Amino acid sequence: MSSVSTQEIKTEFLKSKLGLTGIFILSGLILVSIITISVIPASTFQEWNNPEKWISYPKTSVPSWVNFISADKIPEHKILEPEIFQSQDNGIFLTSQQFGVFFDYDDFPSDFIIEMKTKYSDSHLVQIKVIRPDGIILELLSTSLPYSNSDTIHNQRYFSTDSMIKKNLNMYKNDFQFDFLSGTTEIIFSELNKNEIQKGNYIFVIDTYGTKEPIEVLDSKLVLGGKAYGLMGTDELRRDLAIGLLWGTPLSLFIGISVSIGSVVVGLVYGVYSGYRGKKTDEVMMRFNDVIYALPALPFLIILAVTISNSIFLMIGFLMIFSWVGIAKVSRSMSLQIKTRQYIEAAKIMGQKDSKIIFRHILPQLLPYAFASIAISVPAAITTEAGLSFLGLGDPSFPTWGQILHDANTYGAAAQGFWWWIVPPGILIAITGLAFVFIGNALDAIVNPKLKR
Amino acid sequence: MFGVLMITLLLTISLVGSNMDTILKQGVIYQVRAEITENTTIAQGFNNPEEFEKFVQQKIDERIETLGLDTPWYSPQRLGYTMYKILILDFGNATFLTSDSGSSNVGEIIFEKMPKTILLFTTATIIISIIGIVLGAASSNKIGSKTDRITSTFAVISSSFPVWWIGMLMIFVFAFVYQIFPARATPSIEPDDPGYILALLYHMALPVITIVLIGFGAWAYLVRNFMVGIMQEDFISAKKTIGISRKKIVYSHALRNAAPPIVTILALSLSGSLGGAIITEAVFDWPGMGRLYFEAISVMDLPVIIGSTYILTVLFLVSIFIADLLYGYFDPRVRTSS
Repeated sequence: MSSVSTQEIKTEFLKSKLGLTGIFILSGLILVSIITISVIPASTFQEWNNPEKWISYPKTSVPSWVNFISADKIPEHKILEPEIFQSQDNGIFLTSQQFGVFFDYDDFPSDFIIEMKTKYSDSHLVQIKVIRPDGIILELLSTSLPYSNSDTIHNQRYFSTDSMIKKNLNMYKNDFQFDFLSGTTEIIFSELNKNEIQKGNYIFVIDTYGTKEPIEVLDSKLVLGGKAYGLMGTDELRRDLAIGLLWGTPLSLFIGISVSIGSVVVGLVYGVYSGYRGKKTDEVMMRFNDVIYALPALPFLIILAVTISNSIFLMIGFLMIFSWVGIAKVSRSMSLQIKTRQYIEAAKIMGQKDSKIIFRHILPQLLPYAFASIAISVPAAITTEAGLSFLGLGDPSFPTWGQILHDANTYGAAAQGFWWWIVPPGILIAITGLAFVFIGNALDAIVNPKLKR
Repeated sequence: MFGVLMITLLLTISLVGSNMDTILKQGVIYQVRAEITENTTIAQGFNNPEEFEKFVQQKIDERIETLGLDTPWYSPQRLGYTMYKILILDFGNATFLTSDSGSSNVGEIIFEKMPKTILLFTTATIIISIIGIVLGAASSNKIGSKTDRITSTFAVISSSFPVWWIGMLMIFVFAFVYQIFPARATPSIEPDDPGYILALLYHMALPVITIVLIGFGAWAYLVRNFMVGIMQEDFISAKKTIGISRKKIVYSHALRNAAPPIVTILALSLSGSLGGAIITEAVFDWPGMGRLYFEAISVMDLPVIIGSTYILTVLFLVSIFIADLLYGYFDPRVRTSS
């Protein structure tokens, strides 16, 4: 035990490259957390396990930046917004929604879905067509909106797998010089002479004709199904992994830091008190400490999570139960040393209360050690929580990195080669752990100068 | 130590006790109903369904009483009985799980799985400690050298990756991208086949590589730190001045003095790895204690949970005990002082 002043620690710490790297990574993570909490609406993580929300996202698609690396351009999953034109001609009201897309990928889009939310009355005719880069116009679908007397709000979805679309496309059979065996998108986006991608600008047009008044488009989008999406891709349940990973950052920082602070504080006070009181109290307290030490932590954590609750806050408490023991042991032996110093004796003779001696004279001496052990014990807390989540015992209402990995394992991501589902959560866990290990090691080297040599 | 064991048991039982009772009672109800419906003559003897229902309920109550389920699980006599049975290693029968040979006796299931866990983790730990000691000694030999730096960096980086995540990556890379190793660690051949041991070893390769990869860095770092401490001792300086070669000092004199803490930690890490085995085995599907434990928890097979927690705790305590003994053996100072 060496007593180092706070000022010394600060200057020493600023000299340590490792410690600064740790601080740098940590502040990056904190920044990400703050941005996540303030920018991304909380509804995204509350609905993480609600498949309804993710329905217009693609299934297990790679991150879209893969296109920068790979030779073949993988079609990106696109959610397009329309441009709306309205006109009136001879008593016929035309509302035209146009979705333009520049398509230059090396593979066909898997499908498309048109989602339309409209407000109208009376009956309306709907025509869907696509204008291809070579100028050919393919009429895909002619249908009508259900008749209604009064103003109604109507939700309508048109799928590319619709048999009517397939039938209509068959009328263009003579223009194409190959057999129509494949899906509709593989015809719409194809060259005429062979079944290969025709790159260029495509415009999807939805025209609605009404005789009394135009329809009002409240919300409409065209989902062009691709195999690449977003920053981090999506998983088997169509969830945007970027959102899960972002929400995982504040969560794991919260778990790691609160567990380590909690257990260090408890361990410190427990150990110091036990060492200070000595004799019987010490004996009893240390035996209790031994008992907890001898409990196998992970099996017990699992049992606790299964039988009591897997709420994230209780989990933090459970993790604390098993992590204060080592710190209590060390701080006890430290307080045994400090206890014999003369100023403590002096304070005792002056008649100061035990609690005051402990909190004013002994604990401050242990603070450098406490900070080092807080930093060092964070990674263990994070990996243990991730491990529990990985076993499927995590809190289902929060998307943590461990849970993303759990889902990946359940859906056999490794077997199917969904690397973007496995690699990022683990790297994030490791980076977070590393940041704290760096800080902890730098502090440790200052507190225990023996290791530096 | 015995006290610790008992407390562990008590905790486990109290955590799962109430659930166990409900499950057992439901089992009894199901059993009684099945028996009565099979025997049609009983049902014919009743005039109305209420009376029949009453009769069934009475039968169920009788059965619950004879099994001693009417008193709650925390009543002293039931608790004592359960503890006694566990002490004599009679864990009863598993509710759902069976051993490979089809037995549902918990003791048999556990003792079938345990050798596999021990095989995997002992092999891995031995490899880790050999690599760790050699590397640690080498890097403490020249502090600040390239070896030292690489070892320290590797130790820090590798220890912050979760083993099971590396396991997933390894499965991804070596079982699917390059098909060198099997993805599932459970051999597909029957256990009595002569090629079984070979197949087992082959399936063991990937988990062992993963565990070693994650573990040896931290070990080397630990050994290095012990060695650095010892290299500063007076007797080493004395040996240096006599003119004994540095290599000899490091590998024979210093290493021998670093042995006690190293051996202690070896014993502790062996038992610690048994607990951590749960996740690793779940990833690799290794048919050991960890996976058994995980399966037992996912179907709430309480006798198995209690049994394996007990065995894990026993193993842990035994290894702490052995570590203590070894420490005394290697470091005679401890013996005389206590």
